[in-house]
Amino acid sequence: MLFKSTRLLGALSLALAALGAQAGQLTVYSSAGADVLKIYADQFAKTHPGIKVNWVRDSTGILQAKLMAEKDNPRADLVFGHTAANMVALSQAGMLTPYAPKGMERLNAMYLPKSSPPAWVGMYGWASAICFNTIEAKNANVPKPVKWTDLTQPAFKGKVTMPNPASSGTGLLMVNAWIQMWGEEKAWAFMDKLHENIASYSHSGDKPCEQAGAGEYVAGLSLPVRGGKVKSAGAPIEVIVAEEGTGWDMQASAILKGSKNLDDAKVLMDWAISTEAMEAYGRNSEVTAVPVKVPRMENVPANIAEKMIKVDFDWVAKEQSRVVAEWRKRYDNKSEPRK
Amino acid sequence: MTLASGLRPMALRRDRDDGLMRWLLLGCGAFMLLALLLPVGMILVRSLQDSNGVFVGLANYRSYFSTGSPWQSMRNSLLVSSITTVIVVVLAFAYAYALTRTQMRWRGFFRVMALVPLLSPSLLKAIGLVYWFGNKGLLKSVLMGESVYGPIGIIMSCTLWTFPHAVLILITALTLADARIYEAAAVLRTSGPRTFFRITLPAVRYGLIGAAIVVFVNVFTDFGAAKVIGGSYNVLATDIYKEVVGQQNFSMGAVVSVVLLVPAVFAFVLERLVAGKQAAALGARAVALVPQPRPLVDRLMFGYCLLVTLFILAILGMAQLAALVKFWPYNLSLTLKHYVFDVQGVGWENFWNSLTLAFWVASVGTPLIFMGAYVVEKPRADMLGRTLLHAAALLPMAVPGLVLGLGTLLFINQPGNPLGVLYGSMAILVINTLAHLYTVPHLTAVTALKQVDREFEAVGASLKVPMLAVFRRVTLPVCLPAILDIWIYLFLNAMTTLSAVIFLYSADTKLASVAAIHLDEAGSTASAAAMATLMVYASLSVRLLHLGVSRFVLRRAQAWRGGV
Repeated sequence: MLFKSTRLLGALSLALAALGAQAGQLTVYSSAGADVLKIYADQFAKTHPGIKVNWVRDSTGILQAKLMAEKDNPRADLVFGHTAANMVALSQAGMLTPYAPKGMERLNAMYLPKSSPPAWVGMYGWASAICFNTIEAKNANVPKPVKWTDLTQPAFKGKVTMPNPASSGTGLLMVNAWIQMWGEEKAWAFMDKLHENIASYSHSGDKPCEQAGAGEYVAGLSLPVRGGKVKSAGAPIEVIVAEEGTGWDMQASAILKGSKNLDDAKVLMDWAISTEAMEAYGRNSEVTAVPVKVPRMENVPANIAEKMIKVDFDWVAKEQSRVVAEWRKRYDNKSEPRK
Repeated sequence: MTLASGLRPMALRRDRDDGLMRWLLLGCGAFMLLALLLPVGMILVRSLQDSNGVFVGLANYRSYFSTGSPWQSMRNSLLVSSITTVIVVVLAFAYAYALTRTQMRWRGFFRVMALVPLLSPSLLKAIGLVYWFGNKGLLKSVLMGESVYGPIGIIMSCTLWTFPHAVLILITALTLADARIYEAAAVLRTSGPRTFFRITLPAVRYGLIGAAIVVFVNVFTDFGAAKVIGGSYNVLATDIYKEVVGQQNFSMGAVVSVVLLVPAVFAFVLERLVAGKQAAALGARAVALVPQPRPLVDRLMFGYCLLVTLFILAILGMAQLAALVKFWPYNLSLTLKHYVFDVQGVGWENFWNSLTLAFWVASVGTPLIFMGAYVVEKPRADMLGRTLLHAAALLPMAVPGLVLGLGTLLFINQPGNPLGVLYGSMAILVINTLAHLYTVPHLTAVTALKQVDREFEAVGASLKVPMLAVFRRVTLPVCLPAILDIWIYLFLNAMTTLSAVIFLYSADTKLASVAAIHLDEAGSTASAAAMATLMVYASLSVRLLHLGVSRFVLRRAQAWRGGV
């Protein structure tokens, strides 16, 4: 009997949650890594037991597609942990409710859009790195790269893998960074040469590092945090931040227009940039919007923050489709597998 | 007076039967409309709009075809699909023949093994293939310098994946055979090969072509294998992924989707042409065929099936090993730590959700699809409606899951759509998955029904037996094996389905297949493999249970076949 009535209550609350109108409940979309999101979700649940959060996590592209499709019929209250490039697009589509969370003034100015109150706020940043398999490198006599341009040496032919910028935000971040660092002409010339050495373009930003870790390729252009984790799991890799500098993006949060529980959404926004949250990010990422003193992540290079170049996210949002089209014209159309 | 009273009940019954058929047609049609046609229609509309929803005519198509890339992707898609089709149809026909027309040992075991690839998510097969044939793979040398990341990987992965589909269709086609023809052949001293080429093959050509179409179109539209193991090899399905997921360019994704739909139309025309020529193999006076022992053939076929089974087991076994070693390939000591899933939203509830979904898809889908096939195949309902329903039933296999999922997402989020309340519920996953998986069970049901002579209904009608009685006493028992196969097919496929549901699950309805992908994304191939192996074992248990129940039911209902 008791079991029955709790089941009924459960079903009822689910039905209400579907309508999204219940106070104390939030539906939150996230494209943060599923492993780190669990840490943040558990932490928030501990300090705010009164708010039940229904987390929906998926990869960046899937989530963005879902958000855009739901444009006229928003289902979530909040996006927690989604890239700035995508936040700019959501904001331009008029899908965000600007809100200035408590303690916003502590944030590094790079982590905020220019509008006030901000449509979204950055939480922590992520950059790119080269995952370099030392065992396979020794077997194949490949020198350790320290710069992006080292990857164009003949020794790397058929031994490098990177994410496809047409399907992966990480890949696009690298291409954008090369263009912003070196200018269009020099950047495309570099990519022409790099393309000669690429064995395969993958559809995910994490995959190249995993493949390098498993010895499938010698060098994988990927994410430093993934590199740290793969190394900690036992892979014989070095995680290298290129000397010239690295592009970066951030995980940001925003309230969605149409949220039916604005009060609780604001509570989560405030928490997202609280010191408590920043410390949690600090233990699991490369650099945070508010500097914190916590132990760094194991095996993630210490110099990433210095190597991050200045990124103009408005430029990125504006130029994205042109850059991708150019990239596809040059490399994707003839990217038959190499022998 | 006496004449009139004698006629009226019959006319009434006819009317009632026709009315029933019309209602069935209407019901199946409504499902197809809401679950499939309107979502796909949303995609068609999108392909004519710019990113702001403004109508732009064919501008998107012009810009798509002017870049030159579609031709290469199309050529790649066609190449990979054709090669896979040839390989799979040949392999599957021999396998299905061995299962149905020989007395080799272990037939029950091989029957289960053929469906094993269905039990495993495509991720698992990809992991198995990479660990065998990847750059660090044990059998890399077999590829003679070619990389597994590309067409070879896609073909291997798709062969594994479509093999069970083809076997299922061909088993149905081969099961129903008229023993009298074979007796006649034996009396006339027709040689074995001649009997095979003159009787066996022609009788199953409908099944063969059906299997070929299913395999071809499935590979043509599949994006899972191409994404995980295809490397940089561009096919149309990954082009859609790039547009929709990489760029959120729904309009361009819609254009590629429409281009992908072309083979559906082609397949439909082809299928209709063949179907028109097919006569029922199982006449009203047919005698069920019981295979005679042929020591040499039986032994050869046993060896062949064993080989196929070993290959399947090797791929899946490798994936199981991947889930158990500490760090492939550098630290091969065993561990169970990958079975501890410490990731947001991944846990046992994903399993429960997957089982719930699979149960409902199979249990709602089997009667719905069989009824739909019955309406299509039996000549009572009106011609136009039947043709339309059949066309709609063939459409899902041509629609990539990603496209159907996106179409459903767009459709259900249209402001004012009353179906919007279903968004985020298990019901929408059931409906979407059922629509996605519709084609193969439909073809299986049609193949089975085709072999029941229409004479039965005609005789039934003239003897004033209600249609339902003929259905219950003749059609249903003859088709029972196919019906049971449809149930398990739907169940197993729903367990591993991914591409269509990835846009539609919510926090409460997340599935194990989605969880496995998320584990892989979180960087742990081993954990993803671990989750996927659990799915295989769950599905295998259900499959074995199903086999037991089927045996029991069939023994009671199939006595007429004699000797079963």
